[in-house]
Amino acid sequence: MYHWDFYTVFQSFDLMWDGLVMTFLYTIASISMGVIVGLATAFARLSKWRLLRIVARSYQEVFRCTPLLVQIMWAYYALPMILGISIPNWAAGLTMLSLYVGSFYAEIFRGGINAIDKGQSEAALSVGMSQAQALRHIIMPQAIKKMLPAFINQSVIQVKNTSLLYAISIAELTYMTYIVNSETYRPLESYTLAAVMYFAMLFPLTQFADYFERRMRRSD
Amino acid sequence: MTSAPILSIQDLTKNYGELEVLKGITLDVMPGEVIAIIGPSGSGKSTFIRCLNMMEVLSSGSFRFRGEHVAPDFKDKPGALGAGTLRRKVGMCFQHFNLFPHLKVLDNVTKGPIVVLNEDRASAEAHAMELLAKVGLADKAQCYPSQLSGGQKQRVAIARSLAMRPDVMLFDEVTSALDPELVGEVLEVLRELAEGGMTMVLVTHEMAFAVEVADRVIFIDQGVIAEQGTPEQVMRAPGSERLQLFLKRFHA
Repeated sequence: MYHWDFYTVFQSFDLMWDGLVMTFLYTIASISMGVIVGLATAFARLSKWRLLRIVARSYQEVFRCTPLLVQIMWAYYALPMILGISIPNWAAGLTMLSLYVGSFYAEIFRGGINAIDKGQSEAALSVGMSQAQALRHIIMPQAIKKMLPAFINQSVIQVKNTSLLYAISIAELTYMTYIVNSETYRPLESYTLAAVMYFAMLFPLTQFADYFERRMRRSD
Repeated sequence: MTSAPILSIQDLTKNYGELEVLKGITLDVMPGEVIAIIGPSGSGKSTFIRCLNMMEVLSSGSFRFRGEHVAPDFKDKPGALGAGTLRRKVGMCFQHFNLFPHLKVLDNVTKGPIVVLNEDRASAEAHAMELLAKVGLADKAQCYPSQLSGGQKQRVAIARSLAMRPDVMLFDEVTSALDPELVGEVLEVLRELAEGGMTMVLVTHEMAFAVEVADRVIFIDQGVIAEQGTPEQVMRAPGSERLQLFLKRFHA
Protein backbone atom coordinates (compact mmCIF):
# COMPACT_ATOMS: atom_id res chain seq x y z
CA MET A 1 0.00 0.00 0.00
CA TYR A 2 1.34 3.38 -1.08
CA HIS A 3 2.14 5.70 1.76
CA TRP A 4 0.78 9.15 0.90
CA ASP A 5 2.99 11.96 2.08
CA PHE A 6 1.88 15.44 1.15
CA TYR A 7 4.17 17.04 3.70
CA THR A 8 7.23 17.40 1.47
CA VAL A 9 5.11 18.64 -1.41
CA PHE A 10 3.36 21.18 0.81
CA GLN A 11 6.75 22.49 1.80
CA SER A 12 7.12 23.53 -1.82
CA PHE A 13 3.62 24.89 -2.03
CA ASP A 14 4.88 28.43 -2.56
CA LEU A 15 6.47 27.29 -5.84
CA MET A 16 3.21 25.70 -6.95
CA TRP A 17 1.35 28.84 -5.94
CA ASP A 18 3.73 30.97 -8.04
CA GLY A 19 2.98 28.59 -10.91
CA LEU A 20 -0.74 29.01 -10.41
CA VAL A 21 -0.40 32.80 -10.46
CA MET A 22 1.62 32.55 -13.67
CA THR A 23 -1.03 30.28 -15.22
CA PHE A 24 -3.65 32.81 -14.27
CA LEU A 25 -1.69 35.71 -15.78
CA TYR A 26 -1.03 33.90 -19.07
CA THR A 27 -4.70 32.97 -19.24
CA ILE A 28 -5.94 36.52 -18.69
CA ALA A 29 -3.41 38.01 -21.12
CA SER A 30 -4.02 35.47 -23.88
CA ILE A 31 -7.81 35.62 -23.49
CA SER A 32 -7.74 39.43 -23.69
CA MET A 33 -5.64 39.41 -26.83
CA GLY A 34 -7.62 36.47 -28.18
CA VAL A 35 -10.86 38.45 -27.83
CA ILE A 36 -9.38 41.32 -29.84
CA VAL A 37 -8.00 38.98 -32.51
CA GLY A 38 -11.21 36.96 -32.52
CA LEU A 39 -13.45 40.03 -32.93
CA ALA A 40 -11.30 41.41 -35.74
CA THR A 41 -11.33 38.02 -37.45
CA ALA A 42 -15.08 37.59 -37.04
CA PHE A 43 -15.78 40.99 -38.58
CA ALA A 44 -13.28 40.31 -41.34
CA ARG A 45 -15.12 37.11 -42.15
CA LEU A 46 -18.43 38.98 -42.24
CA SER A 47 -16.95 41.74 -44.39
CA LYS A 48 -18.01 42.40 -47.96
CA TRP A 49 -14.37 42.43 -49.11
CA ARG A 50 -13.40 39.03 -50.38
CA LEU A 51 -9.68 39.39 -49.74
CA LEU A 52 -10.29 40.20 -46.08
CA ARG A 53 -12.54 37.16 -45.76
CA ILE A 54 -9.90 34.90 -47.32
CA VAL A 55 -7.10 36.19 -45.09
CA ALA A 56 -9.22 35.78 -41.96
CA ARG A 57 -10.36 32.31 -42.95
CA SER A 58 -6.81 31.17 -43.74
CA TYR A 59 -5.52 32.32 -40.37
CA GLN A 60 -8.36 30.53 -38.63
CA GLU A 61 -7.84 27.25 -40.43
CA VAL A 62 -4.07 27.21 -39.87
CA PHE A 63 -4.47 27.73 -36.15
CA ARG A 64 -7.48 25.48 -35.69
CA CYS A 65 -6.00 22.58 -37.61
CA THR A 66 -2.55 22.35 -36.03
CA PRO A 67 -1.81 21.36 -32.43
CA LEU A 68 -1.11 24.20 -30.04
CA LEU A 69 2.01 22.41 -28.78
CA VAL A 70 3.45 22.37 -32.30
CA GLN A 71 2.58 26.05 -32.73
CA ILE A 72 4.37 26.98 -29.52
CA MET A 73 7.44 24.92 -30.38
CA TRP A 74 7.44 26.33 -33.88
CA ALA A 75 7.29 29.93 -32.67
CA TYR A 76 10.03 29.37 -30.12
CA TYR A 77 12.47 27.12 -32.02
CA ALA A 78 11.67 27.46 -35.74
CA LEU A 79 10.56 31.04 -36.23
CA PRO A 80 13.80 32.54 -34.81
CA MET A 81 15.73 30.57 -37.46
CA ILE A 82 13.70 32.23 -40.22
CA LEU A 83 13.83 35.70 -38.71
CA GLY A 84 17.39 35.48 -37.49
CA ILE A 85 16.50 36.89 -34.08
CA SER A 86 15.84 35.17 -30.81
CA ILE A 87 12.33 35.31 -29.41
CA PRO A 88 11.91 35.17 -25.64
CA ASN A 89 9.87 32.19 -24.47
CA TRP A 90 7.14 34.31 -22.90
CA ALA A 91 6.58 36.20 -26.17
CA ALA A 92 6.45 33.05 -28.28
CA GLY A 93 4.13 31.36 -25.80
CA LEU A 94 1.78 34.27 -25.27
CA THR A 95 1.51 35.04 -28.98
CA MET A 96 0.66 31.49 -29.94
CA LEU A 97 -1.80 31.03 -27.08
CA SER A 98 -3.57 34.23 -28.11
CA LEU A 99 -3.68 33.41 -31.82
CA TYR A 100 -4.83 29.90 -31.07
CA VAL A 101 -7.72 30.90 -28.85
CA GLY A 102 -8.49 33.85 -31.14
CA SER A 103 -9.15 31.49 -34.03
CA PHE A 104 -11.75 29.64 -31.96
CA TYR A 105 -13.26 32.81 -30.48
CA ALA A 106 -13.67 34.18 -34.01
CA GLU A 107 -15.90 31.23 -34.86
CA ILE A 108 -17.95 31.75 -31.69
CA PHE A 109 -18.36 35.49 -32.34
CA ARG A 110 -19.22 34.99 -36.00
CA GLY A 111 -21.79 32.35 -35.13
CA GLY A 112 -23.35 34.58 -32.48
CA ILE A 113 -23.66 37.53 -34.82
CA ASN A 114 -25.01 35.37 -37.63
CA ALA A 115 -27.59 33.85 -35.31
CA ILE A 116 -29.32 37.21 -34.96
CA ASP A 117 -32.23 37.52 -37.36
CA LYS A 118 -31.54 39.73 -40.36
CA GLY A 119 -34.73 41.63 -39.57
CA GLN A 120 -33.02 43.07 -36.50
CA SER A 121 -30.41 44.96 -38.47
CA GLU A 122 -33.02 45.95 -41.05
CA ALA A 123 -35.20 47.44 -38.35
CA ALA A 124 -32.21 49.27 -36.87
CA LEU A 125 -31.16 50.64 -40.26
CA SER A 126 -34.74 51.63 -41.04
CA VAL A 127 -34.76 54.13 -38.17
CA GLY A 128 -31.60 55.68 -39.60
CA MET A 129 -28.89 53.87 -37.65
CA SER A 130 -25.54 53.26 -39.33
CA GLN A 131 -24.18 49.72 -39.57
CA ALA A 132 -21.90 50.48 -36.61
CA GLN A 133 -24.76 51.84 -34.49
CA ALA A 134 -26.95 48.87 -35.37
CA LEU A 135 -24.16 46.51 -34.39
CA ARG A 136 -23.48 48.26 -31.11
CA HIS A 137 -27.02 48.96 -29.91
CA ILE A 138 -29.04 46.15 -31.47
CA ILE A 139 -26.99 43.20 -32.74
CA MET A 140 -24.17 42.81 -30.23
CA PRO A 141 -26.28 42.99 -27.04
CA GLN A 142 -28.30 40.05 -28.39
CA ALA A 143 -25.34 38.21 -29.88
CA ILE A 144 -23.26 38.35 -26.68
CA LYS A 145 -25.97 36.48 -24.80
CA LYS A 146 -25.88 33.74 -27.41
CA MET A 147 -22.07 33.60 -27.44
CA LEU A 148 -21.41 33.50 -23.72
CA PRO A 149 -21.76 29.77 -22.98
CA ALA A 150 -19.46 28.78 -25.85
CA PHE A 151 -17.08 31.60 -24.94
CA ILE A 152 -16.77 30.42 -21.35
CA ASN A 153 -16.27 26.85 -22.51
CA GLN A 154 -13.44 27.87 -24.82
CA SER A 155 -11.90 29.94 -22.03
CA VAL A 156 -11.94 26.95 -19.69
CA ILE A 157 -10.00 25.02 -22.32
CA GLN A 158 -7.64 27.96 -22.60
CA VAL A 159 -6.72 27.79 -18.90
CA LYS A 160 -5.72 24.18 -19.37
CA ASN A 161 -3.87 24.91 -22.61
CA THR A 162 -1.47 27.20 -20.77
CA SER A 163 0.02 24.01 -19.34
CA LEU A 164 1.66 23.43 -22.74
CA LEU A 165 3.91 26.39 -22.01
CA TYR A 166 5.81 23.97 -19.82
CA ALA A 167 7.47 22.73 -23.03
CA ILE A 168 9.32 26.04 -23.42
CA SER A 169 10.16 26.36 -19.71
CA ILE A 170 7.63 28.99 -18.72
CA ALA A 171 7.11 28.80 -14.97
CA GLU A 172 3.36 28.14 -14.97
CA LEU A 173 1.66 25.57 -12.77
CA THR A 174 2.51 22.43 -14.75
CA TYR A 175 6.15 23.42 -15.12
CA MET A 176 6.42 24.24 -11.43
CA THR A 177 4.86 20.91 -10.56
CA TYR A 178 7.50 19.24 -12.66
CA ILE A 179 10.16 21.17 -10.71
CA VAL A 180 8.63 20.29 -7.35
CA ASN A 181 8.40 16.66 -8.36
CA SER A 182 12.03 16.53 -9.40
CA GLU A 183 13.01 17.94 -6.00
CA THR A 184 10.73 15.82 -3.84
CA TYR A 185 10.41 12.62 -5.90
CA ARG A 186 6.75 12.61 -5.00
CA PRO A 187 4.97 12.47 -8.41
CA LEU A 188 1.69 11.16 -7.01
CA GLU A 189 1.35 13.95 -4.48
CA SER A 190 2.67 16.78 -6.62
CA TYR A 191 0.62 16.00 -9.72
CA THR A 192 -2.46 15.31 -7.62
CA LEU A 193 -2.05 18.69 -5.98
CA ALA A 194 -1.64 20.32 -9.41
CA ALA A 195 -4.85 18.68 -10.59
CA VAL A 196 -6.70 19.88 -7.51
CA MET A 197 -5.44 23.43 -8.08
CA TYR A 198 -6.55 23.45 -11.73
CA PHE A 199 -9.91 22.01 -10.72
CA ALA A 200 -10.44 24.60 -8.00
CA MET A 201 -9.83 27.34 -10.52
CA LEU A 202 -12.08 25.97 -13.27
CA PHE A 203 -14.99 24.30 -11.51
CA PRO A 204 -16.60 27.62 -10.48
CA LEU A 205 -16.30 28.80 -14.08
CA THR A 206 -18.12 25.81 -15.57
CA GLN A 207 -20.78 26.11 -12.86
CA PHE A 208 -21.32 29.72 -13.80
CA ALA A 209 -21.61 28.76 -17.48
CA ASP A 210 -24.27 26.18 -16.61
CA TYR A 211 -26.17 28.61 -14.44
CA PHE A 212 -26.04 31.26 -17.14
CA GLU A 213 -27.24 28.89 -19.83
CA ARG A 214 -30.17 27.77 -17.70
CA ARG A 215 -31.14 31.36 -17.00
CA MET A 216 -30.91 32.18 -20.69
CA ARG A 217 -33.20 29.36 -21.64
CA ARG A 218 -35.78 30.59 -19.19
CA SER A 219 -35.74 34.13 -20.58
CA ASP A 220 -36.22 32.99 -24.17
CA MET B 1 -52.18 67.74 -53.87
CA THR B 2 -50.69 70.01 -56.43
CA SER B 3 -47.42 70.55 -54.57
CA ALA B 4 -44.11 68.86 -55.35
CA PRO B 5 -43.79 65.10 -54.74
CA ILE B 6 -42.06 63.84 -51.57
CA LEU B 7 -40.70 60.78 -53.31
CA SER B 8 -40.03 60.75 -56.99
CA ILE B 9 -38.89 57.57 -58.71
CA GLN B 10 -37.93 57.42 -62.37
CA ASP B 11 -37.37 54.22 -64.35
CA LEU B 12 -36.35 52.20 -61.32
CA THR B 13 -34.93 48.78 -62.11
CA LYS B 14 -33.62 46.14 -59.77
CA ASN B 15 -31.93 42.90 -60.66
CA TYR B 16 -30.24 40.18 -58.68
CA GLY B 17 -27.66 38.90 -61.12
CA GLU B 18 -29.59 37.61 -64.10
CA LEU B 19 -32.94 37.90 -62.40
CA GLU B 20 -34.78 41.10 -63.27
CA VAL B 21 -37.21 41.85 -60.46
CA LEU B 22 -38.20 45.43 -61.28
CA LYS B 23 -38.19 46.49 -64.90
CA GLY B 24 -38.65 50.22 -64.90
CA ILE B 25 -41.02 51.77 -62.39
CA THR B 26 -41.90 55.46 -62.34
CA LEU B 27 -43.88 56.83 -59.42
CA ASP B 28 -44.40 60.14 -57.65
CA VAL B 29 -45.62 60.08 -54.07
CA MET B 30 -47.37 63.33 -53.18
CA PRO B 31 -47.55 64.80 -49.66
CA GLY B 32 -50.43 63.31 -47.71
CA GLU B 33 -51.09 60.68 -50.31
CA VAL B 34 -51.90 57.09 -49.35
CA ILE B 35 -50.78 54.58 -51.96
CA ALA B 36 -51.67 50.91 -51.78
CA ILE B 37 -49.55 48.51 -53.79
CA ILE B 38 -51.17 45.24 -54.72
CA GLY B 39 -50.02 42.39 -56.89
CA PRO B 40 -49.34 38.66 -56.96
CA SER B 41 -46.49 37.26 -54.87
CA GLY B 42 -43.22 37.42 -56.72
CA SER B 43 -44.38 40.46 -58.66
CA GLY B 44 -41.68 42.65 -57.09
CA LYS B 45 -43.91 44.80 -54.89
CA SER B 46 -41.95 44.06 -51.72
CA THR B 47 -38.66 44.73 -53.49
CA PHE B 48 -40.09 48.00 -54.74
CA ILE B 49 -41.20 49.29 -51.35
CA ARG B 50 -37.81 48.31 -49.91
CA CYS B 51 -36.16 50.46 -52.56
CA LEU B 52 -38.09 53.46 -51.20
CA ASN B 53 -35.90 53.63 -48.09
CA MET B 54 -32.79 52.18 -49.76
CA MET B 55 -33.05 48.83 -47.98
CA GLU B 56 -32.52 47.61 -51.51
CA VAL B 57 -30.19 49.56 -53.75
CA LEU B 58 -31.63 50.31 -57.15
CA SER B 59 -29.80 48.84 -60.14
CA SER B 60 -30.68 51.83 -62.30
CA GLY B 61 -33.05 54.77 -62.36
CA SER B 62 -33.26 57.91 -60.31
CA PHE B 63 -34.67 58.44 -56.86
CA ARG B 64 -35.41 61.83 -55.34
CA PHE B 65 -36.60 62.80 -51.89
CA ARG B 66 -38.19 66.27 -51.86
CA GLY B 67 -36.38 67.01 -55.10
CA GLU B 68 -32.97 65.95 -53.83
CA HIS B 69 -31.11 63.09 -55.41
CA VAL B 70 -30.64 60.09 -53.06
CA ALA B 71 -27.52 57.91 -53.16
CA PRO B 72 -27.12 54.47 -51.60
CA ASP B 73 -24.16 55.43 -49.37
CA PHE B 74 -25.08 55.94 -45.74
CA LYS B 75 -23.66 59.44 -45.47
CA ASP B 76 -24.71 62.52 -47.46
CA LYS B 77 -22.50 63.57 -50.34
CA PRO B 78 -22.39 66.86 -52.20
CA GLY B 79 -25.45 66.81 -54.43
CA ALA B 80 -26.97 63.68 -52.95
CA LEU B 81 -28.70 62.66 -49.74
CA GLY B 82 -27.40 59.51 -48.09
CA ALA B 83 -29.49 56.51 -47.14
CA GLY B 84 -29.08 57.44 -43.47
CA THR B 85 -30.74 60.81 -43.94
CA LEU B 86 -33.44 59.29 -46.12
CA ARG B 87 -34.33 56.65 -43.54
CA ARG B 88 -34.74 59.25 -40.82
CA LYS B 89 -37.48 60.76 -42.97
CA VAL B 90 -38.95 57.59 -44.45
CA GLY B 91 -40.02 55.09 -41.79
CA MET B 92 -40.69 51.44 -42.45
CA CYS B 93 -42.67 48.65 -40.81
CA PHE B 94 -42.13 45.01 -41.65
CA GLN B 95 -44.20 41.89 -41.97
CA HIS B 96 -42.46 40.26 -38.99
CA PHE B 97 -42.37 43.41 -36.81
CA ASN B 98 -38.64 43.01 -36.02
CA LEU B 99 -38.96 44.51 -32.56
CA PHE B 100 -35.75 44.50 -30.54
CA PRO B 101 -36.32 41.59 -28.13
CA HIS B 102 -33.67 42.68 -25.64
CA LEU B 103 -35.32 46.08 -25.08
CA LYS B 104 -38.53 47.00 -23.30
CA VAL B 105 -41.35 48.39 -25.42
CA LEU B 106 -40.51 51.94 -24.35
CA ASP B 107 -36.82 51.50 -25.23
CA ASN B 108 -37.75 49.99 -28.59
CA VAL B 109 -39.47 53.26 -29.38
CA THR B 110 -36.84 55.61 -27.94
CA LYS B 111 -33.74 53.85 -29.29
CA GLY B 112 -33.83 55.49 -32.72
CA PRO B 113 -34.34 59.07 -31.52
CA ILE B 114 -31.68 58.68 -28.81
CA VAL B 115 -29.05 56.99 -30.98
CA VAL B 116 -29.71 58.64 -34.33
CA LEU B 117 -31.12 62.06 -33.43
CA ASN B 118 -29.25 62.49 -30.13
CA GLU B 119 -32.49 63.29 -28.35
CA ASP B 120 -32.22 63.37 -24.59
CA ARG B 121 -33.85 60.45 -22.84
CA ALA B 122 -36.54 62.42 -21.03
CA SER B 123 -38.01 64.05 -24.11
CA ALA B 124 -37.61 60.87 -26.18
CA GLU B 125 -39.55 58.96 -23.52
CA ALA B 126 -42.25 61.59 -23.31
CA HIS B 127 -42.70 61.44 -27.07
CA ALA B 128 -42.64 57.63 -27.00
CA MET B 129 -45.38 57.53 -24.35
CA GLU B 130 -47.51 59.81 -26.50
CA LEU B 131 -47.06 57.49 -29.48
CA LEU B 132 -47.71 54.36 -27.43
CA ALA B 133 -50.92 55.97 -26.18
CA LYS B 134 -51.84 56.71 -29.78
CA VAL B 135 -51.49 53.03 -30.75
CA GLY B 136 -53.28 52.02 -27.55
CA LEU B 137 -50.33 50.46 -25.74
CA ALA B 138 -49.28 52.98 -23.11
CA ASP B 139 -49.82 50.33 -20.43
CA LYS B 140 -47.31 47.99 -22.12
CA ALA B 141 -44.38 50.44 -22.05
CA GLN B 142 -42.45 48.41 -19.47
CA CYS B 143 -43.12 45.02 -21.10
CA TYR B 144 -40.73 43.09 -23.27
CA PRO B 145 -41.81 42.29 -26.85
CA SER B 146 -42.08 38.56 -26.01
CA GLN B 147 -44.98 39.42 -23.68
CA LEU B 148 -47.04 40.97 -26.49
CA SER B 149 -49.42 39.54 -29.08
CA GLY B 150 -48.61 39.88 -32.77
CA GLY B 151 -51.00 42.77 -33.21
CA GLN B 152 -49.52 44.57 -30.23
CA LYS B 153 -45.99 43.99 -31.55
CA GLN B 154 -46.89 45.52 -34.89
CA ARG B 155 -48.43 48.54 -33.18
CA VAL B 156 -45.23 49.02 -31.18
CA ALA B 157 -43.25 48.74 -34.43
CA ILE B 158 -45.42 51.49 -35.91
CA ALA B 159 -44.81 53.68 -32.85
CA ARG B 160 -41.07 52.97 -33.17
CA SER B 161 -41.09 54.28 -36.73
CA LEU B 162 -43.23 57.29 -35.85
CA ALA B 163 -40.79 58.24 -33.09
CA MET B 164 -38.40 59.45 -35.78
CA ARG B 165 -41.08 61.95 -36.92
CA PRO B 166 -40.97 60.66 -40.49
CA ASP B 167 -42.47 62.44 -43.50
CA VAL B 168 -43.40 59.16 -45.17
CA MET B 169 -44.28 55.75 -43.77
CA LEU B 170 -43.76 52.49 -45.65
CA PHE B 171 -45.69 49.37 -44.66
CA ASP B 172 -44.54 46.08 -46.11
CA GLU B 173 -47.39 43.59 -45.64
CA VAL B 174 -47.71 44.54 -41.98
CA THR B 175 -50.78 42.39 -41.38
CA SER B 176 -49.72 39.28 -43.30
CA ALA B 177 -48.11 37.54 -40.33
CA LEU B 178 -51.01 38.21 -37.97
CA ASP B 179 -53.80 35.93 -36.83
CA PRO B 180 -57.01 37.06 -38.54
CA GLU B 181 -58.56 38.38 -35.34
CA LEU B 182 -55.55 40.67 -34.76
CA VAL B 183 -55.53 42.29 -38.21
CA GLY B 184 -58.24 44.79 -37.32
CA GLU B 185 -56.38 46.54 -34.52
CA VAL B 186 -53.38 47.19 -36.77
CA LEU B 187 -55.53 48.40 -39.67
CA GLU B 188 -57.26 50.73 -37.22
CA VAL B 189 -53.92 52.37 -36.40
CA LEU B 190 -53.09 52.68 -40.10
CA ARG B 191 -56.47 54.24 -40.77
CA GLU B 192 -55.93 56.84 -38.06
CA LEU B 193 -52.50 57.63 -39.45
CA ALA B 194 -53.94 58.11 -42.93
CA GLU B 195 -56.69 60.34 -41.58
CA GLY B 196 -54.04 62.34 -39.72
CA GLY B 197 -52.49 63.23 -43.06
CA MET B 198 -49.46 60.93 -43.01
CA THR B 199 -48.00 60.14 -46.41
CA MET B 200 -48.11 56.36 -46.70
CA VAL B 201 -47.11 53.63 -49.10
CA LEU B 202 -48.36 50.19 -48.21
CA VAL B 203 -47.98 46.79 -49.76
CA THR B 204 -51.06 44.88 -48.73
CA HIS B 205 -53.31 41.95 -49.39
CA GLU B 206 -56.20 43.59 -47.52
CA MET B 207 -58.19 44.67 -50.59
CA ALA B 208 -61.14 46.08 -48.68
CA PHE B 209 -58.79 48.16 -46.58
CA ALA B 210 -56.90 49.37 -49.64
CA VAL B 211 -60.14 50.53 -51.22
CA GLU B 212 -61.16 52.29 -48.04
CA VAL B 213 -58.04 54.27 -47.16
CA ALA B 214 -55.95 54.55 -50.33
CA ASP B 215 -56.03 57.57 -52.62
CA ARG B 216 -54.37 55.53 -55.30
CA VAL B 217 -54.00 51.81 -55.90
CA ILE B 218 -51.07 50.47 -57.88
CA PHE B 219 -51.06 47.01 -59.38
CA ILE B 220 -47.52 45.69 -59.83
CA ASP B 221 -47.14 42.63 -61.99
CA GLN B 222 -43.98 41.06 -63.39
CA GLY B 223 -41.82 43.97 -62.30
CA VAL B 224 -43.82 46.85 -63.78
CA ILE B 225 -46.79 48.98 -62.79
CA ALA B 226 -49.42 47.18 -64.82
CA GLU B 227 -52.26 49.41 -63.77
CA GLN B 228 -53.01 52.28 -61.41
CA GLY B 229 -55.76 54.64 -60.47
CA THR B 230 -58.25 55.43 -57.74
CA PRO B 231 -59.45 52.41 -55.78
CA GLU B 232 -62.76 52.57 -57.66
CA GLN B 233 -61.07 52.55 -61.05
CA VAL B 234 -58.73 49.72 -60.22
CA MET B 235 -61.07 47.48 -58.24
CA ARG B 236 -64.41 48.04 -59.93
CA ALA B 237 -63.23 48.39 -63.49
CA PRO B 238 -59.91 46.61 -63.90
CA GLY B 239 -58.57 47.18 -67.39
CA SER B 240 -56.16 44.34 -67.87
CA GLU B 241 -56.90 40.67 -67.87
CA ARG B 242 -54.13 39.99 -65.36
CA LEU B 243 -55.62 42.38 -62.81
CA GLN B 244 -59.07 40.89 -63.36
CA LEU B 245 -57.62 37.46 -62.69
CA PHE B 246 -55.75 38.70 -59.63
CA LEU B 247 -58.83 40.34 -58.13
CA LYS B 248 -61.03 37.37 -58.89
CA ARG B 249 -58.74 35.14 -56.87
CA PHE B 250 -59.19 37.51 -53.94
CA HIS B 251 -62.92 37.68 -54.14
CA ALA B 252 -63.25 33.94 -54.57
